[in-house]
Amino acid sequence: MAAENAKKAIIPQKNPMPAQDPVIRAGNFNEVALGYSEEAVIAEAERCIQCKNAPCRQGCPVDIDIPAFIKKVAERDFAGSAQKLKETNALPAVCGRVCPQENQCEKYCTLGKKYEPVAIGRIERYVADRELAAGVKLPATASSTGKKVAIVGSGPAGLTCAADLAKLGHKVTIFEALHIAGGVLMYGIPEFRLPKSVVQAEIDNLKKLGVDIQVNAIVGKFSTIDELMENGYDAVFLGTGAGLPNFMRIPGENACGVYSANEFLTRSNLMQAYRFPETDTPIFVGKRVAVLGGGNVAMDAARTALRLGAQESWIVYRRSRVELPARFEEVEHAEEEGVKFQFLTNPTRILYNDDYWVTGMECLRYELGEPDASGRRSPVPVKGSEFILEVDTMVVAIGTGPNPLIPKTTPDLAVNRRGNITADPETCATSKPGVYAGGDVVTGAATVILAMGAGRTAARSIHKYLLGID
Amino acid sequence: MYEIIEKEELGASIKLIKIQAPLVAAKALAGQFVILRVHEEGERIPVTIADFDRAEGTITCVFQEVGRTTKELGTFEAGDCLKDFVGPLGVPSHIQNYGRVACVGGGVGVAPVYPIARALKEAGNEIISIIGARTKDLIFWEDRMRAVSDELLAATDDGSYGRKGFVTDLLKEIIEDKGIDLCLAIGPLPMMRAVSDLTRRYGVKTVVSINTLMVDGTGMCGCCRVTVGGETRFTCVDGPEFDGHEVDFIELARRSAVYKTQEKVSLDLYEEKGPRHDHQCRCGGEE
Ligand SMILES: Cc1cc2nc3c(=O)[nH]c(=O)nc-3n(C[C@H](O)[C@H](O)[C@H](O)COP(=O)(O)OP(=O)(O)OC[C@H]3O[C@@H](n4cnc5c(N)ncnc54)[C@H](O)[C@@H]3O)c2cc1C
Ligand SMILES: Cc1cc2nc3c(=O)[nH]c(=O)nc-3n(C[C@H](O)[C@H](O)[C@H](O)COP(=O)(O)OP(=O)(O)OC[C@H]3O[C@@H](n4cnc5c(N)ncnc54)[C@H](O)[C@@H]3O)c2cc1C
Ligand code: SF4
Ligand code: SF4
Ligand code: FES
Ligand SMILES: [Mg+2]
Repeated sequence: MAAENAKKAIIPQKNPMPAQDPVIRAGNFNEVALGYSEEAVIAEAERCIQCKNAPCRQGCPVDIDIPAFIKKVAERDFAGSAQKLKETNALPAVCGRVCPQENQCEKYCTLGKKYEPVAIGRIERYVADRELAAGVKLPATASSTGKKVAIVGSGPAGLTCAADLAKLGHKVTIFEALHIAGGVLMYGIPEFRLPKSVVQAEIDNLKKLGVDIQVNAIVGKFSTIDELMENGYDAVFLGTGAGLPNFMRIPGENACGVYSANEFLTRSNLMQAYRFPETDTPIFVGKRVAVLGGGNVAMDAARTALRLGAQESWIVYRRSRVELPARFEEVEHAEEEGVKFQFLTNPTRILYNDDYWVTGMECLRYELGEPDASGRRSPVPVKGSEFILEVDTMVVAIGTGPNPLIPKTTPDLAVNRRGNITADPETCATSKPGVYAGGDVVTGAATVILAMGAGRTAARSIHKYLLGID
Repeated sequence: MYEIIEKEELGASIKLIKIQAPLVAAKALAGQFVILRVHEEGERIPVTIADFDRAEGTITCVFQEVGRTTKELGTFEAGDCLKDFVGPLGVPSHIQNYGRVACVGGGVGVAPVYPIARALKEAGNEIISIIGARTKDLIFWEDRMRAVSDELLAATDDGSYGRKGFVTDLLKEIIEDKGIDLCLAIGPLPMMRAVSDLTRRYGVKTVVSINTLMVDGTGMCGCCRVTVGGETRFTCVDGPEFDGHEVDFIELARRSAVYKTQEKVSLDLYEEKGPRHDHQCRCGGEE
């Protein structure tokens, strides 16, 4: 199985990712992971043994030719490597940073069986950053087909779909509800994990491909899907995400100081409240913050709270540590920065003072019961285990659902029980002819790379639909 | 960029701007609002659509200078551009023929009442309008309101114009004199609360349009939540109009004051340093 370079001794560990010191970084919003040096990236690329069958590829939802792009790095052909990446991944600088690689590409890496896997994501990030810094060479675009496509939502699904369609020669317009394009990449994921300049650089490249981006444009408000189609759009892609926050529906939830993660992160990221009063959007963080939930969103909120001056930041999670859905690296970073955890704990009531400000959470401890049908041991409350966690700020990060606006204004668009738009996984086609959908709005909250994969699939289908190819 | 094509001072610290925004104007209906940002560092603030002209492609907003953003907005003149302007947001007013409707506008609330009163009038209702303010300088659009009303009454707290007293005094007389089928009340929170308390006693259905804090205005953040009839609603997508008898006004008042301290910091900085961009970019000029 091994190529000739397998003769070389394998270095068992990944080249470490340089990072800001935890004590310092917990006080700023600069990026935590600093990125490889040229030397480190080449050393890491040389760890890859170039497996013929490339098992890593099956873990990448967009099927990047991983050995090929890594080989080019080892050969110091960074531009060539970037090109290889761009063949299937429109936003490598983003994915290299935020993909849950340990569950995807790196999970299947041959080296991972005995040693640490190749740091595929870190190499990807290096190559993409280097290309962005050098100025991206635009891919060739096909000549104009004269067809117009409307993309609703500018998250990773919409951006990818737009890029692919533009390259195929279609005229693409993205409609975005907020005042800045990027979706969760701009409003949700914090600067310290994904610098906004990286996202905007990718979006600028998209504009150079001829994609028109209309911000402040809420489809369903200024125009319905049907009206877009009547006004000359030949096809529509819906990449509207899963933006509606869930609340727990427990008493006291509307008390002052109780935020949804979306609000907390939107104020901080999109509205740049972390720079207040240099910017005008306020945010409140008290001394003790509790974040409810255990996903990436919860980690982002807990770490943001520390950076905004909280003295203590708690993650309160219903299950135990092993079930935390957040990326491992993010949990580790959160811990290093001083985020504390209350596992097997769930609030029953939010306490507040006479001014209606939150003062604490009454919580119940849980223990893991018998495994359920899915094999997971679900938490059961321990009788009489009530205790009060004193906090003055609370962030609820227990998931999000799709926005009902478009289905409500598009009668022939089928949705499932949870309100997610129904779309064929193979083609992204919805129940409405000419309308395709993908990303979180179809799957429920998932990942950047899956949303991009769907955007790509949809672009292929839309292209065929527009040109009448079966 | 969204150009301001007209600006008018309506009263002490009350200003009107007319903005070129054809996509919003094409769909705007009475009772809806927009969210705007004055510049790159600006916050998103909701402002009601006080009027719209589909042919001209414009939206008219009336605002009161109360803090940093509205004061800064007050420095914008015709020819200046707003950074962002999105809408129409919220559920439009429910318009039907109810019979006799009292349209109560307090302070700057007269502006959002106007298009609703007009639509109700067009739907065949008899409109009795009551406009109120602290003092004469804050009364505006009396002429516009009169044009869409069968009867118009005014009250000021200090008696400098119309009746001395509160809009509720006038409303009570009308309810007792001839009775009304619906009451629409928009204005400061204590006024809407007082109106709702009054009409509850008479069993008169009352619609209020509430001002919660907002960020996105699309249902994405939950900042605008309010308890109505014991249930949590999002003002930006479920409102802004709700049954006045069901709104938890105490919660609403407390949640509106969450950022008092920060708002003061922001305003103090403004008073000290002035607008962030002393010459707003003209639409015609460089971007
Ligand atoms: C805080 C946070 C951290 C995360 N961290 C990670 C991570 O580390 N790794 C990872 O892989 N994934 C992560 N995710 C998940 C990931 O961001 C999402 O799965 C992904 O962004 C989904 O992409 P999308 O294109 O489907 O939708 P979104 O990114 O949600 O974009 C949808 C866009 O559509 C717009 N829109 C909605 N309705 C309309 C309308 N009617 N008209 C016009 N525009 C509309 C919205 O404003 C939004 O901009 C995280 C999510 C959050 C919230
Ligand atoms: C649906 C809706 C329609 C509105 N229509 C109008 C209108 O037509 N004319 C008008 O003058 N005002 C209107 N308002 C109120 C207006 O949004 C606030 O006066 C404005 O945001 C104050 O900003 P500021 O920075 O000048 O003052 P600040 O000093 O920041 O705030 C003063 C007070 O305004 C409220 N406020 C602050 N920020 C926001 C925000 N982001 N969203 C909502 N309220 C906020 C708070 O209660 C605060 O205490 C409306 C509000 C809502 C929710
Ligand atoms: S896109 Fe994500 S899953 Fe695919 S190779 Fe890159 S880091 Fe791995
Ligand atoms: S599995 Fe690992 S070692 Fe093999 S080609 Fe992929 S990245 Fe390289
Ligand atoms: S303003 Fe964000 S949900 Fe209403
Ligand atoms: Mg303000």
